[in-house]
Formats: sequence, C-alpha cells, structure tokens
Amino acid sequence: MKEKLEHIRQHAAQDILRAPDTGALEQVRVAYLGKKGELTLLLKQMGGIAAEERPVVGQLANAIRVDLENMISERSRVLGEEALNKRMIEEALDVTIPGKRTPLGKKHPITIVLDEAKDIFIGMGFEIAEGPEVEDEYHNFTALNTRPGHPARDWQDTFYLSEDSRVLLRTQTSPVQIRVMERKKPPIRVISPGRVYRKDEVDATHSPMFHQLEGLVVDKGITMTDLKGTLVQFVKMLYGEDARLRFRPHHFPFTEPSCEVDIMCFECQGEGCRVCKGEGWIELLGAGMVHPRVLEGCGIDSEVYSGFAFGIGVDRLTMRRFNINDLRLLFENDIRFLSQF
Amino acid sequence: MKLSRKWLDEFVEIHAADKEYADKMTMSGSKVEAVHLPGSEIRNVVVGRVLKTAPHPNADKLIVCSVDTGADAPIQIVTAATNVNAGDLVPVALDGARLAGGQEIRSGVLRGEASEGMFCSIAELGLTLHEVPYAVEDGILVLQEECAPGDDIRNVLGLDDHVIEFEITNNRPDCLSVIGLARESAATFGLAMRTHEPVVKGNGPDIRGLLKVEVHDTDLCPRYTARMVTDVRIAPSPRWMRERLSSSGVRPINNIVDITNYVMLEYGQPMHAFDFSCVEGDTIIVRRAGKDSSFVTLDGNERKLTGNMLMIADKNRPVGIAGIMGGMNSEITDNTRNIVFESANFNGTSVRTTATALGIRTDASSRFEKGLDASMTVTAVNRACELVEMLGAGTVCTGIIDIDNSDHTPVVLPLRRERINSLLGISVSYDEMCGILSKLGFTVSGDLVTVPSWRGDVEHMADLAEEVARMYGYDKLPITSFKGETPQGGFTREQKLLRNVGMYARALGYNEILTYSFISPASYDKLRFPEDDERRRSLEILNPLGKDTSIMRTSALPSMMETLQRNYSFRNKSVKFYEQATVYSPAADGLSNETVHLVLGCYGKDIDFYTIKGDVESLLSQMNLPEVSFSADSRNASFHPGRCAVISCLGEIIGTCGQIHPLAASSYDIDVEVYAAELDLALLFRCILPEKHYIPLPKYPAVTRDIALVCDKSITVSTLEDCIRKAGAPLLKEIEFFDIYTGPGIPEGKKSVAFSLVFRSDERNLRDEDVLAPYQAILQAAGDTLNAKLR
Repeated sequence: MKEKLEHIRQHAAQDILRAPDTGALEQVRVAYLGKKGELTLLLKQMGGIAAEERPVVGQLANAIRVDLENMISERSRVLGEEALNKRMIEEALDVTIPGKRTPLGKKHPITIVLDEAKDIFIGMGFEIAEGPEVEDEYHNFTALNTRPGHPARDWQDTFYLSEDSRVLLRTQTSPVQIRVMERKKPPIRVISPGRVYRKDEVDATHSPMFHQLEGLVVDKGITMTDLKGTLVQFVKMLYGEDARLRFRPHHFPFTEPSCEVDIMCFECQGEGCRVCKGEGWIELLGAGMVHPRVLEGCGIDSEVYSGFAFGIGVDRLTMRRFNINDLRLLFENDIRFLSQF
Repeated sequence: MKLSRKWLDEFVEIHAADKEYADKMTMSGSKVEAVHLPGSEIRNVVVGRVLKTAPHPNADKLIVCSVDTGADAPIQIVTAATNVNAGDLVPVALDGARLAGGQEIRSGVLRGEASEGMFCSIAELGLTLHEVPYAVEDGILVLQEECAPGDDIRNVLGLDDHVIEFEITNNRPDCLSVIGLARESAATFGLAMRTHEPVVKGNGPDIRGLLKVEVHDTDLCPRYTARMVTDVRIAPSPRWMRERLSSSGVRPINNIVDITNYVMLEYGQPMHAFDFSCVEGDTIIVRRAGKDSSFVTLDGNERKLTGNMLMIADKNRPVGIAGIMGGMNSEITDNTRNIVFESANFNGTSVRTTATALGIRTDASSRFEKGLDASMTVTAVNRACELVEMLGAGTVCTGIIDIDNSDHTPVVLPLRRERINSLLGISVSYDEMCGILSKLGFTVSGDLVTVPSWRGDVEHMADLAEEVARMYGYDKLPITSFKGETPQGGFTREQKLLRNVGMYARALGYNEILTYSFISPASYDKLRFPEDDERRRSLEILNPLGKDTSIMRTSALPSMMETLQRNYSFRNKSVKFYEQATVYSPAADGLSNETVHLVLGCYGKDIDFYTIKGDVESLLSQMNLPEVSFSADSRNASFHPGRCAVISCLGEIIGTCGQIHPLAASSYDIDVEVYAAELDLALLFRCILPEKHYIPLPKYPAVTRDIALVCDKSITVSTLEDCIRKAGAPLLKEIEFFDIYTGPGIPEGKKSVAFSLVFRSDERNLRDEDVLAPYQAILQAAGDTLNAKLR
C-alpha cells in the first residue's frame, strides 16, 4: 500500500509539473484527487489493510494529498503568471503614440508674468489695490503733482471722455496710489496692476492699451534705501539671484528723488550688444520717493510719513521674459501664439 | 541733446574716455543715449598734394596724377575728375581705405595705368555743402584748410570729434545746452568750470534810435531782449563754428543764422534774427495773434493761427510766431544789411500749446516749452553780438533793449540736513551737502539754500534731497528692507475668485485672451443689439485713434467675436477662448461703473450648444452656488433663437449662453457655428454661498431604475425632471437624464426621454418593492400633469 501511495505521489508530481496549461493541470487534479482519481480510489481500498497499519497509511495518504494540492496550486500560480506574461506581451502598445489628452487652456503670457509678480509682492506683505480705468483728471494728474499744461495732459497723448478734459482713460496706474491714500492711512503697502491707456498708434513696440504694475509703500521712516531693497528683492525673485540692477536719477512729477531702474543685459552681461542697444543695461521700471506734495494732497503729513512708489511696464517685462519681439502679438490673440505658453 | 566733446572742453576739460564719461554722467542724472564718432567710418584717407597731371594714354576722359601723400615717394592716381590741378590739396583714399558709408578702396589698374588710390568728393566723406561751403558738389574736394600732405582727413575736416547724445528729462531745460552739461560734467567729475562773460564793443549807432519794442502780453512774454547789428555781411561761418553745429546736429546756413543756433546750443537760450528792413514801422510788438488768421513761416508753410497764439509783429503784421519759428517775410537773406537779434523769454505752456496746434516742433519751441530761465536773455544776446564782432559779420549797435517783467526773486529753501538724510536713508554731513550743492551752482549760507535761476525745477526739500542723492551716487545708497508694523498681505475674496474662475476656464480647455477695452460702435449692430438696448449706451472717447476703437465696451462679446474672427481667418480649425473682460457703463458722475464679465467663445470640431452649456455648468459647479437654472431665451437677438439660454441663480439672471446668431457670426465673416457665453462675475460672486458643509455619505445602498417617458416634443427635459423629482420624493435622490429619442416607434409630435433614477433611504436597505410606490407615483404624476406615458 505504501509503495502504491509513493508511486502515485511520484507520478502525480511529474504530471503536475508537466501540465502545460491550467486546463491540463485541472485534468491532472481530477485524475489523482478527483472523486474517481487514483488517490481517492486507492484510499477506498483502506478497508483491505491491517488495522494497525491504517493510521500510518492514512497519515501518509493525507500528507500526499496535501502535498499534491500544494503542488497543484503552486503550478497553477506559475501557469497563471506565464499566461499573463504571454497575454501582456500580446497587449504591448506603441507607447510613442500620443496619449488621450484633455486639452487644458493656457494663461495669457501677460497674466503669467502679472500673477508671478503679484505672488512675489504678496509674499512681501503687499495687498492688491484696484482703481477705475475711466479716471478723472484730478487723480490721474493733479493729485500726482502734474501741473495744468503739462504735456502728458495733451489731447494728443491722453484719451479723453469729456470735452472739459475732466474724464479720461488713466494713463498710468499711479492714480490708484492716490485713491488708496485717500481711503486708508499708513502703514500702506499695496501694489496695483492694471490696464493703462496712451494715445500711441499700434506698432511693434507701442499699443494704445498696455499694463502697468504700480507699487506704493507709505509709513514712518521709509527711505530711499528701502526702495532699493524692495526692488532688488523683487527683481531677484523674478529673474534669479544673478540679476543686477542699476538705479540712476530720473524725473517723474510725483516722486522726488526719482530714479529709473535698469537691469544688466542678460545677453552681454553689461558689455553692450544688440539686445540692449549697446548700453549694457535694459530699462526696467521707474520709481522714487513719493513727492511730499502728493502725500499732503491726500491728507498724509509728510513731516511724519514718507513713502516710495514704483511702476513697472508689464508688457515689456512679458516680452523680455518670453523673447517676444512684437507687442502686437500680445493683443492679437492668435491661438497658435497663445497655446505656446 | 548732442554734445560735442571739443566744445565741452572749452568749459571743462574731462579726460575720461567716452564710455567712462557716459557712465558717470548717466549715473549723476544726465542719461547718455549714445556716443557718436562722426568720422569713425572713414579710414586711411589722407591729404594729398597733386604734383602733376597728365592725359591718360589710353582714355580721353581720364587723367593720370602724381600725388604726394606724405610718403617717401609720390603715388599715381587715375581720375576722371575735371577740377583737379597741380598744386591742389585733396583728400586721397589710399589702398585699403574706407569711406563714409563703408565703401572700401583698393589699388587697381585703369585702362593700363596703375591707380594707387582715389580722390574724394565731400559726399564720399559723408559731408554736404553746409559743412564745407567752398566745395563743389559734383567734383573732388579741393581743400582750403591749413593742412599738409599725409594729414588724416578726419582731423583736417573736424571729423575727429566725439559726440555724446543725452536724453534730457523735461525738468532740466538748462541741460539742453553746452554750458548746462558742462556744469553737470564739472560737478560729476569734481572739476572747476571755466565761465565766460561775453564782451561786446558795440560801436554802431544806438539801437534806441532805430527800433522800438512793445510787449503787450507780458503774461506770455515775461522778458524781451533785443540788440541790433548793422552793415551785416552774410557769409559762411568759420570752420570751427560749422563743425560744432554739425556735431550738435544743426545744419550750418550762414554766419548770422549760425550764430543764433550757436548761442542756443551754448546757452540753451533760443534766439531769432530778423531782417530789420522787413520790420515795418521800426517797431516790434509782442502780442497775441488776435484777428490775424494765417501766417507764412520761414519754411514756406502757411499756418492757421488762433487768437491766443503769441506773435512777434511789427506795426502792421506778424513777423514771427513767438518762440517757434520766424516768418518768411523777415527771413535773413544774402542781401540782408541790418538785423535784430531777439533773445526773449516766453511762457512755456503757451509755446507748447501753439506748437502742438500748428504741428511744428523746433529746437527753439522744444526748449521754451519746458520753461526757461528769464535771466539769461541778456548774456545770450551779448554772446551773439560778441560772435558777430569776432566773425566780422557786421557792426553791433550800441545799447540794448530789454523789456523785463520777469520775477527775479530767487527761490530760497531751508537746508534740512536731517530730513534729507532720513528721506534718503544715509548720513551725509553738512559740509558734504554744501559741497554738492555749491558745485551745482546753489549758494548755501547757514541753513539757507539759494537756488540758481536756471534751476526752476528745484522748489522743495525733496528736490534738494535728489540733488544730494544723485551726486552722492544712487549706486552708493545701501540696500535695506523697511521696518515697522507688517501688514497682512494677500488677495481679497474677489481677487481670489477671479483667479479661480480663470483656472476653471483653463481646466475646461479655454485659452485666455486679452483684448482692447475700446471697441467699434459698429459692434453693437454686428451683434444685433436692439436699438433700445441699455448696452448701446457706451462711454465715448472723444479723441480716439480711430472709429473702431472709439467706445468703451459694455459687453465682452464684441472683443471675443473679433478674436474668433481673426483666428477663423487664420484657418485655426478649432478654438476655445475666455476673457475676464472689464466692461464699462456710464455712471452718474461722468466716470464709469466697471465690472468684470467672463466671456467664453468657441467654434470647431465637436463643439455644439451642449459643449458650451456643459462647460458653463462645470465651471459653476466649482463655485458653491445655490441652484443654477438655464431657461430658453428666444429673444436675445445676438443668439440663435432656438439655442440660447439665460443662466439664473437666486432668481437673478447672471448670464447667457448659446449659439451666436448665424447673421451675427457672418457679420464677423465666420460661417460655422460659433458658441459663446457671457457671465457677469459681480452678480455671480454675490450668489456664492459663504460656507460649505459636508453631507454625510450614504449609509445604505441605492436602488437604480431607468425610466423612459413619451411626451409632447414641446415639454422640456427640465419640466420632466421637476415633475419626477417632486413625485419621487423623498426616496428619489438623483435624476440623471441620459437619452432623448424620436423616430420609429414614437408617434409624430412626441419624443421619448430617458432618465436614470436613484432611490435611497437614509434609514434602511431598500428592497425592490420599496421603490414600487415612488416609481408608480412618478408615472402617475407624469401622466396626469404632462400627459407623459411610460414607453
């Protein structure tokens, strides 16, 4: 009996390992372990052996059954894996075929730059102030220390909406400074991005509508060195630690002292090249200490408070950032252009 | 302003090379735009003396010359020129020379004779008869200068100057002059400046016996100074003067005109010279134009005058437009014998307004309009007379006429050292501050600073601070960060919402566009706005660039349509755009109410009404709004009457979406279906619920049933949904529309609409039979109220 059992074990083990697929394996299982399987049949003959041998043989038979079942399940796992591997080989795809894309829209390049600038200033504790684009002459000029008769007020340069020159399209975001100072007392720390308008014919570098980002800080003890510090920090965050700035004297009616800020030409590192028209520097923004008269006009005591302001041309910044050589592209809104950003 | 360094040297000698000079001047406030080297293109051109000329053996029209160019041996040059004779000094381009314009010259052989160079004309040296009046235009330049063979032609003809071009800010008209820039240069480099007081012999007859001057409008002419010259001999001015004028970008004309320009460039005081014989009644009257309606300026153009323009007139008629341009009727000519030099101060705004109105801009008007120092008229006119005597151009009359109504009171400011230092954030000592200010011409005495007359721009402590800062050096100011209470930065609720809306639109595949805020008034017709539409009331720009950018948009649709049109014409097949567009409607105070609209626009493959509607729904679903509903709108003339919906929230219409009316689309040259939506974001944001609460997840599983109802075609899906929702409550939790069908099996005029219904209880597991009652109730209600039957 024992020999017979061992014989079955041997043969069954061989058959299991040889089974080429799960179907054959099932046949092997049925052939040995099924109701009419060899092992099952053999065990039915247990009655014919000596009683004292029965437990021993019974144990052996059970052990063999368990062994064979384990072998079958192991073999089944292996066969399953083989079959899966085979199927996966058949399922292999050309991964270079383009994927099923969900087309996302793009931000306009000006928005990209504006959002970046806003985030930097918000990180520096600034708020974002807004003001009307259809402005009055007082906020756009008078309150900004721009005297009557100043060229900027000309009908040739500014769009007017009333015959008496009272209502106009703001020519700068600076009137928002005034509106902020009129409604809020220091400390003030705001930026004001927005659309501005000047009567320029459209060409590669001019547009009757463009974007500025204005900044204003007013508090006790604000100095020109703070102005430098703030702008240096901003520019480094925008252009990287290597960015180098140059502050040079300039004139604006509403700041005194005033400056223009140039950034060292990325192309030539200050040597002078075509990009910077030989200057080595590229004009970036205008800034200065808020003119005491402007503060006083808004009811802020210029003996107690001081402040600085700056204005950045966002469209130029955008053009430089993406190497765009024609301003018109920004307002033409050709999808072939917009989808590049 | 172009500054000749040779001229500058006369007032202050600066040894710095051009680059260093330019950098330092830029950093002290006089921005250098460019450095020009007028003769820099010319190379290897020298003076040659023609030793002998001989006919060319093989060509009738050529001659062969032997020329001494300062080298060991003479060279041979073949030329076709006819004005060259033995003994002449001429410019010779040697082998390898380069001329103005970049042309290179090489030795060669002309009809068998070697030619080792070329004689040059003025044009080949980049010059005109204005710079070299004795030359001929169509021949070789025969030099009349002091020079010797071998001399570099650039030195001989004054092409060796270095010209620095400055960008002068509007507040510094004093720097539109050699003296002004010399003052800045001297202060920047810490050098002393040489000054010069003009000396005039003036031994002609007394001007007061010859000329009378009356200033009627002293408000526009605070000062009028005049001197006269008799026995004028009009001739070209000397070389040094011509060279300086040319370097400064002013064309030499003749000695008298050149003197007026020379003085203007040197002092910044525009001057004018009249032919005295043309001044009728021997009187100059400075007055407004009044009834004079036209005037011919010396450029030959007839100008239309208006009453307030300031004129220089004689007894009978105008002879010049004050500060802008003289008249044809009193122009200096070769026959002029006696002249009047005018050195006046005019009101800047008046000059600018007049110049703008007439469309003229001259060197004089661009100086006057910035507001000039009235105290320099006398010195300037004296300088002109000094130059007349120096050049032997005439006899200067004794005496001077000076009608002075200008305010000579100097501006005196307190020197507030602490305040200046605290504004700048540095600590400059009293002595250093005084030093800086004195170098710039200010007089400091104790704590008082007297501002020099030419610095009309300095009138406040802050202006003194700038003077100190720029001379101290902006680049030397340290970098600090400001202290004090740190306000909380951040976006407002609206700013955050706007950012989010943009993000959602992009997530739905819409690309952002930015368009002009002004549009064409024709847009409203193109989009078929009714005549009485509120949106036709737009703010109008009175001086627009053109009609098509003349009104402020009240709707964001026109700009979107133009963008779609442009893309369609570029053959871009399929596009989706959005804009967060500010729109402007007139407000009671004359300004505008500005609100932001979200406009979506699209056309192309697989885009239909349900695309734009679905996109709007998806976008709104992100915004925590209460129930949003869409209802048909057949009356919006901009849209397809059968494919337009108004979007409402909390009973208020917040927007529209649909297919643009085919006629509107075709007015934008688009012949495919165009879809658009416009939402008023201010209204939308107002509807947003302030808080969001989580709804517990269902504890018990749902039972799903599909239902298909056959009803009249006119019944909308939302009507069916409402009916089902009401009848199926409370177990019916969700209704999802999934199909609509007409065709075989459905009677004419009917349609079959299929929904998937989800039933669920919050208390227990539903069995199939629990759903029977609500399902029956739904069928009953649909049948009773809408005559809809189960399919």
